[in-house]
Amino acid sequence: MSFAKNRFVIGLPIIALIVGACGSAAPTAAPTAPPVTAAPVTLPPVTAVPVTLAPVTAVPITPAPETVAPPTSESSASPATSAGAKDFSGVTVNVVTFTGPPIAEPLQRHGAEWEKATGGKINVTTAPFSDLFQKEATDLATGTNSFTLYTMSSSWLGSFAGQGYFQDLTSLVPTYPGLQWDDVVPVMQSNSSFGGKIYAVPFDSDVLSVYYRTDILGKDGVAPPKTWDEYLTIAKKYQGKDLNGDGTPDYGSCIEKAKGGVGTWQFNGVFSGFVQALGTKQGTFFGDGLTPLVNNEAMGAALDFWKASSDFGPPAEINLDQGTGRGLMTSGRCALNIDWGDMGTLPLDPTVSKVKNVVGAVVMPGSSKILDRATGKLVPCDATTCPNAVDGINHAPFNAFGGWIGAINAKADPKAQAAALDFISYVSAPEQSNPDVTTGVTGEQPFRVSQQDPALWIKAGMTADVAKNFLDTYIGASLNGPNAALDLRIPQANQYTNVLEDTAIAQFLAGELTKDEAMKQIFDGWQALTDQIGRDSQTAAYAASIGAK
Amino acid sequence: MPPASVPSNGTTHLTPGPAPSEPGPEQHARDQARSTDEWRNPRRARNVFLWPALLVVLLLAIFPLIASLGLALSNVQLAQGGFTIKFTGLANFNNLLFGAERNIFLGQFKPPTILGWTTFIGGGLLMAYVLVRYLRSGRVSALGIVGRALGIAALTAFLWMLANTLLGDGGRPGTLTVTILYVVLGTGLEYLIGLGLAWLTIQHLSGQRFFRVVFLLPITITPVGIAYMFRMLTDNQSGPFAPLFAAAGMSNFSVLGDPWGARLAVIIGDVWQWTPFIFIVLLAGLEGRDIETEEAGLVDGAGRWQIFRHITLPMIIPVSATVILIRTIEAFKIIDLPSVLTGGGPGTASESVTLQAFQSWRAFNLGSSAAVAYSLLIVVTIVATAYARLVLPRTHRANA
Repeated sequence: MSFAKNRFVIGLPIIALIVGACGSAAPTAAPTAPPVTAAPVTLPPVTAVPVTLAPVTAVPITPAPETVAPPTSESSASPATSAGAKDFSGVTVNVVTFTGPPIAEPLQRHGAEWEKATGGKINVTTAPFSDLFQKEATDLATGTNSFTLYTMSSSWLGSFAGQGYFQDLTSLVPTYPGLQWDDVVPVMQSNSSFGGKIYAVPFDSDVLSVYYRTDILGKDGVAPPKTWDEYLTIAKKYQGKDLNGDGTPDYGSCIEKAKGGVGTWQFNGVFSGFVQALGTKQGTFFGDGLTPLVNNEAMGAALDFWKASSDFGPPAEINLDQGTGRGLMTSGRCALNIDWGDMGTLPLDPTVSKVKNVVGAVVMPGSSKILDRATGKLVPCDATTCPNAVDGINHAPFNAFGGWIGAINAKADPKAQAAALDFISYVSAPEQSNPDVTTGVTGEQPFRVSQQDPALWIKAGMTADVAKNFLDTYIGASLNGPNAALDLRIPQANQYTNVLEDTAIAQFLAGELTKDEAMKQIFDGWQALTDQIGRDSQTAAYAASIGAK
Repeated sequence: MPPASVPSNGTTHLTPGPAPSEPGPEQHARDQARSTDEWRNPRRARNVFLWPALLVVLLLAIFPLIASLGLALSNVQLAQGGFTIKFTGLANFNNLLFGAERNIFLGQFKPPTILGWTTFIGGGLLMAYVLVRYLRSGRVSALGIVGRALGIAALTAFLWMLANTLLGDGGRPGTLTVTILYVVLGTGLEYLIGLGLAWLTIQHLSGQRFFRVVFLLPITITPVGIAYMFRMLTDNQSGPFAPLFAAAGMSNFSVLGDPWGARLAVIIGDVWQWTPFIFIVLLAGLEGRDIETEEAGLVDGAGRWQIFRHITLPMIIPVSATVILIRTIEAFKIIDLPSVLTGGGPGTASESVTLQAFQSWRAFNLGSSAAVAYSLLIVVTIVATAYARLVLPRTHRANA
């Protein structure tokens, strides 16, 4: 065979190379866990549980227990007389959400109900969570406008709302029949708004909490942690002990630290307690001039905790993803973990849990020291520096992900817009959302004042004590907490936290970077990104996102 | 006979006709015949057949190539009612090579170890030797010198990066070096194993047909499925090998939590998946070889190894070289395994260049993502071109 005859054979791969390299800019998906909420958990009274810091829940994602039947809507037979009661015959609403079952399941189920009641049509398109932001951004930015209703993390609103992509609902939502806007907790009203205008309807909330084994800690008279130092002490105590009676050593702490997963949200839940003390409007991530607050002793303390906790977790914690981590917790192999409210309902399902009624939640631990933003040093908490502290401990429960919300395409047909608002209001209305938030399969968590009614949770299987404890903590101490910390909600927030920060933290955990190098890498990366996007516009967006002036 | 010399049906009618000023029915018939004849002209016909395909290639390959270059030199932002593309020159590449992303893309630079210096100096001497030999060969051309100069510059930069990162004292390889490791080790192992399996398959052993199918199975499985499978296999807590890990006292050791364990897992998964591709191509090459030469060697008293080494292997070198090139280009784009298996971790230890591009793309940082992808394209082009220019001709000459 001569070389000349083989030119074609040689040439083909070269062409393939060019085509292939073109395609490499947009490879296929990668996993990541979308925070989705669920219902709260139970918690039998533990002797030393502080009353003031009752359990709280949070939010995340995950394979919801498929064995659990979806809730029966209280109004499934006759949809709400308000939302879901109009005539939308011939109108189609195209909805985009992430691959369920959480979140997608209630949208599809209520979609069928709404169609029956209104004559309209609901098309639900799903995408892997890791692709959802890109899918929605591309659809909106290029004017493709394939969808009428976009469901998303409220933290994405900062990227979209300011660009005029979404319909301004300020004049519609507060009085929309059946939606009962005043019943939505203030933080979720805020998370559905941007720059003083309402752009979305919430049907979920997301706050992180620490979950703990009430049976194990209660037996030993150990109080759930109030500070991150206490968290480590408890984790150390139970590391290597058999916590589920199967004869194998278990873990003091299980935190899902896998790169590209949910770890950065949870890390920021630790970080927020060291850096935000003056209330929600102080913000967690930036100081004056949008200077990142990530190269200081507060970040250092959070990184120290992050690495130290790895010593008391499973050997693969650095690669622990959400599904596996929750599996460890519900199989009774962990004494502590950080999670969203899904960890409230998952233990209630006997088909997936060995820890039913023995998992409690406590508001995210905090610190007796707080960041002095001028010096970058940690200073002791006092009445001035930590006005919201409890027993000298500053807590800043972190609204990681910020809850699922639905926003409407500003370019959609007015009839479709009206139908979309009616549909998402129907999903959010108490008649539908009340049973949804108490059921794990939906991925929704309580976001209404009325959902603080213990009867809902008792009906879902909780004891009265557990229900009260959960609700007081989740809604009372966290969602309504005066120092609740909001997730980053500025343009390209994903790039700031889920790429730049996530990568540096992963490298720090793996020993690729020292603590100082990691902090500097995040600081430099954030500064460069801010300059690239525009410091003034980002500063304005950040102020708007936290409600600051 | 060359197609150009084939007479067409119309040529027999091409006799001198009336003057152009007197067009008549015959003239029209002649014009029509000429027109038909021109379309049958091989040169014109070639264009007719080629251009549709070329247009498709231009649309699907060249346009994205140019568009992604534009993205790599820009900053894309969501904006009022749409998006904006702001030209930023080489800022994305600057960030990648000298800025915040250098640490991830190129790795952490530290002074070379003795092995690092040895590698760098050894590589330099080897390049000098090759250059001198070329200059003395008497076949020197301007293009040859320029090409070799560029190749030497690229190789020197690579060796320096290798000496300072992978072989640096406290250094750490970036996604570029890790990807090259995947390519070199993965493709090398796949070739060796694929060749061995293909050789076994032609030995007329019992069950030959069965194993021929079995060896192909991994390539039929989706890469993400393979990644999840290997994730399960490397789980020393609840995976199928957990008892073995426990027996070895390694229950608390995480394969994927160790940088080299994670890279090794990715390589093993890649080898498992892609060896069948090389196997089937080499099997075709082996089955199509001329066995009379081997029989002659056997008659002359050559051993089996000698026959394989000096007769069989040279016969399949051309197909080997081509399949290695195809596999190499493909391997550079690895993303499925590291993404699912480790997410690129621990840290960035197992992250590939394509995965790095995807991380940026996922966050809508299209400029940075395109810059990473273009950097990969440049590397792949250099490697593929050098391979095609330097290796393939030798393999064909050796086989001639």
